[in-house]
Amino acid sequence: MNELVGKPLDRVDGRLKVTGAATYSAEYYPGNLAYGVIIESAIPKGRLKNLDTSVAEKAPGVLKIMTSQNSMSLHFPAGSDPGNGKYAEKDLLPLQSERIFYGGQAIAVVIAETFEQAEHAAMLIKADYDKDKPVFSLEKNIDQAYKPKQGLGGSEVQIKRGDADNALQSAAVTIEETYTTPVYHHNAMEPHATIAEWKGDELMMYDATQSVMGSKNLMANMLGVKPEKVRLISLYIGGGFGSKGFSWPNTVLTAMAAKLVGRPVKLVLSRQQMFTNAGRRTQTIQKISLGTDNAGKLNAIKHATTSETSFVDEFVEPAGIATAMLYSSPNADISHSLVRLNKGTPCPTRAPGEAPGTFAIEAAMDELAYKLKMDPVELRLLNYAETEEQKNKPFSSKNLKECYRQGADAIGWKQRNPQPGSMQEGNYLIGYGMATATYPANRSASTAKAILFADGHAEILCGTQDIGTGTYTIMTQIAADAFALPMEKVKVKLGDSSYPKGANSGGSQVSASVGPAIRAAALGAVNKLIKMAIADSGSPLHGHKEEDIVAANGRLYVAKTNSGESYEQLLSRNGGKVEALATTNVSTRQQEANPAAKSGAEEEAEKESKTNAVVQDDEKTDRKPYAFHSFGAQFVKLRVDKQLGTVHIDKIVSIMDIGKVLNLKTAKNQIMGGIIFGIGMALMEGTGYDPNDGRVVTRDLAQYLVPVHADMPEFDIRFIDKPDPYISPIGARGIGEIGITGITAAINNAIYHATGKRVRDLPVTADKLI
Amino acid sequence: MQPFKFIRAQDSHAAITAALTNNAKFIAGGTNMIDLMKLNIEKPTQVIDINGLKLDKIEIFSNGTIRIGALVKNSDLAYHPTIIKSYPVLSEALLSGASAQLRNMATVGGNLLQRTRCPYFYDTTYPCNKRAPGSGCSALNGYNRNNAVLGTSDKCIATHPSDMCVALAALGAVIHVQSDSGVREIPFNEFHLLPGETPQFETTLKHGELIIAVDIPAIAYGARSHYLKVRDRASYEFALSSAAVALDIKNGRILTARVALGGIGTKPWRSLAAEKVLMGAVNNEQSYRTAAEAALSGAKPYQHNAFKIELAKRTLVRALATVGGMS
Repeated sequence: MNELVGKPLDRVDGRLKVTGAATYSAEYYPGNLAYGVIIESAIPKGRLKNLDTSVAEKAPGVLKIMTSQNSMSLHFPAGSDPGNGKYAEKDLLPLQSERIFYGGQAIAVVIAETFEQAEHAAMLIKADYDKDKPVFSLEKNIDQAYKPKQGLGGSEVQIKRGDADNALQSAAVTIEETYTTPVYHHNAMEPHATIAEWKGDELMMYDATQSVMGSKNLMANMLGVKPEKVRLISLYIGGGFGSKGFSWPNTVLTAMAAKLVGRPVKLVLSRQQMFTNAGRRTQTIQKISLGTDNAGKLNAIKHATTSETSFVDEFVEPAGIATAMLYSSPNADISHSLVRLNKGTPCPTRAPGEAPGTFAIEAAMDELAYKLKMDPVELRLLNYAETEEQKNKPFSSKNLKECYRQGADAIGWKQRNPQPGSMQEGNYLIGYGMATATYPANRSASTAKAILFADGHAEILCGTQDIGTGTYTIMTQIAADAFALPMEKVKVKLGDSSYPKGANSGGSQVSASVGPAIRAAALGAVNKLIKMAIADSGSPLHGHKEEDIVAANGRLYVAKTNSGESYEQLLSRNGGKVEALATTNVSTRQQEANPAAKSGAEEEAEKESKTNAVVQDDEKTDRKPYAFHSFGAQFVKLRVDKQLGTVHIDKIVSIMDIGKVLNLKTAKNQIMGGIIFGIGMALMEGTGYDPNDGRVVTRDLAQYLVPVHADMPEFDIRFIDKPDPYISPIGARGIGEIGITGITAAINNAIYHATGKRVRDLPVTADKLI
Repeated sequence: MQPFKFIRAQDSHAAITAALTNNAKFIAGGTNMIDLMKLNIEKPTQVIDINGLKLDKIEIFSNGTIRIGALVKNSDLAYHPTIIKSYPVLSEALLSGASAQLRNMATVGGNLLQRTRCPYFYDTTYPCNKRAPGSGCSALNGYNRNNAVLGTSDKCIATHPSDMCVALAALGAVIHVQSDSGVREIPFNEFHLLPGETPQFETTLKHGELIIAVDIPAIAYGARSHYLKVRDRASYEFALSSAAVALDIKNGRILTARVALGGIGTKPWRSLAAEKVLMGAVNNEQSYRTAAEAALSGAKPYQHNAFKIELAKRTLVRALATVGGMS
């Protein structure tokens, strides 16, 4: 049965959100609540010599000022997988020493009766430092670069096949260019926010996180309490984009502050603090070398990325990984280097790697096309990767050629004059550009619980979370179809670590990971109901065969005769409810890093899943032979003011091959959101740093520009909508990230087509075009 | 934020009397001041709400002068039919600033007193002569892409952020201020100060003076005016460069011109040099370019903002061409 999945339904939580009734993590008021404010280091490197809190301590309402002198001691966190808990600064526990590694590092927390009192006291604290000379320029310290052994979760970041250097030397046509991208900040609408309350040795937390399970495990781990003593809730999240995937100091500091004052404490980062204490995308310097024969067939691809990390953790922006599989080439050399700087630690940002990486490789492909005097679409078709050549596997499903075809038609590609600078309208130069989008399709283990109640409604419990993307809605659609109930009879409950473990919101994996578990649990519950009816002498279905009984519209009946009864009737005679647990132990990832210890509930779920036919079917599929990736084509039409250098995008066509579409409305919304991020990257975004001490100077949304409505083009977003036959029985691959890939290059390529100017340094602002 | 006393003034006299106490600030729309208070840049101990002062009228006198009350909201002024018809430059400038929500709150008087958006002014951990006199200028050799190229000093290179003020400078507006000793008038060009040695002083407004109105003297050719703003995104962003122009043209010649520039100066930048070039000149591209060269002749670039000099010239040329081509 598949009636609701796919439909463009409104969000089930839409009304709650627009009326303010949805409770975000900062919107709880436990009794006796106190407020915390983080004090930041004003220097990028050195040691805190003295913190004069004497005036602040006497300010009205101040309860305590937490420093390294009076804060509880912490345990170094284990693990590097966000799903099980990843602390963003593994070598720097907050308020445990006086050492300072970056500007904005937490050096104290003021705790007061009200937020205003805490803020007031914060301005009265005086810090004295022993300053060290910081290292903050990537370009100037490139000689300090080293090659990291692995990326996030143990992923490979140094990748080779064949001999690219040798192949480049013998290539008929070559391109070798360097592309650079600045630091980007996520800037989710909702700042990082936490409430912590200790009840004896039990800790209750509300935390804005992309991983309720990971954040819970991590808090237990760092604070030295048993995981079952910590409960963490995150019902609604105002965007994460990666910044809430790792846990940042604010979360554990809130728990420490609550311990110190013996009261619940709320701590919300200010917008300014979001620029120093909550992650970012690193600056990248990417050198691309391409070699082809005279016809344009690629023989060699090199993609060498240098980016930054901090002195307190290692994060690799894997800009080159998509390049390893994007086009057919016998020789490829993908490498990543890092330079340690006195800046806050970078972390995943929407399509970490692919977003800046597809800018470089897809701009380079455009340059190659012009050099070969070839149509950029033709060049991509000529070098189309029919298989994943690095892993030497077929793709589970790939319809990229169809994406190119539809995209080219929709933007009017054939009408364009390929000559750069040739198309004019008054003061404007018109440009067309295109690029390929790609993102891996991830799936990891998830568990869900399904409950059918005698009043005819059903619930799903799963410890994943909706970070604002529509997870509640699509999971309700999947569950309602499986339960054979209408949407309004199904309540999907997420965002609570007391539920069975669901996937973290990272790597675009929630739909593909959690959807099948929820479906299996709901179908499992219906199957139990059918067995219950057969066994119940009071039921019209008593004694019938399982395979003859059908579930539809909240009713079980014999298909041939239509004789049957409603779930309510059956359940009211049989204990009032039926429950089913399902775990789908499927992973398309290279490896599951640091698997966490299983709780009793998860063991129970795995045991029950052995008898769940849906789970067994799903797990039987052999996924090892396949490479799982989504693809898409991005096409752009824009205009550049000839004299003033300003760019306005007229139209963006985005054709996405992401498997089965679960909800056309939320899916378009996701792709559009990704594209808008890409417009920002292409034209205006970039964090400004002081050139003399390396601290962030663009610390609010007036200084750090993101696109606004007036920048928006006409959007034409479409999906191929062919289910992936191998990823799951549902056939959906995740779409949170692919929208941002390729689009930056497509815009950049269109600017080149309009003006004849190739700007390889993002963003392309007016000063670079005049 | 520092705790403060909040009082609501019932009339101008009460407001002015209250303002004479140390460290008092008037508040109208609050769209800039509250941000500054939250960031510990403005630290008044007394805040006087003047929204009840009934200074929210737009009056048109028989000699053509338009008197705009200090509390007129930016959006009300921008959409006033006479402003749209007779001084489009002012309406366009207002609508190019901020967002609809901010314009609905922000007042004309407050807009005159807008503070710079230099990032160092906003971060109390950096030296800034405007915020902490004598501490130094971090922008001079710092992140200065958005800073000024005209009117700078070695103490401060902060850009004046207002769009409205650029249009008012071009229109030669007159500011009316009231104190306990009466009302005085300040010609627009004498209202804002260059930073010089004392960037902390931004206007000639004296302690205890309240802006009550802005007059626009009649300009017969005001309808032939335009505001052009170039910026890093299409809305809700300060100017990289902007130009407010008005031209009186007869038989292909420019009789009189008004020119002011924004986004590039430490104050709203009326360019008498450009106006002089244009007066009597042929109404063509070459005259516009000559005027633009004159307007930017004293410009001084810094590390990241040299592009603004050429961009400002092109902005002015485009604005002049737009008005010059009006029928």
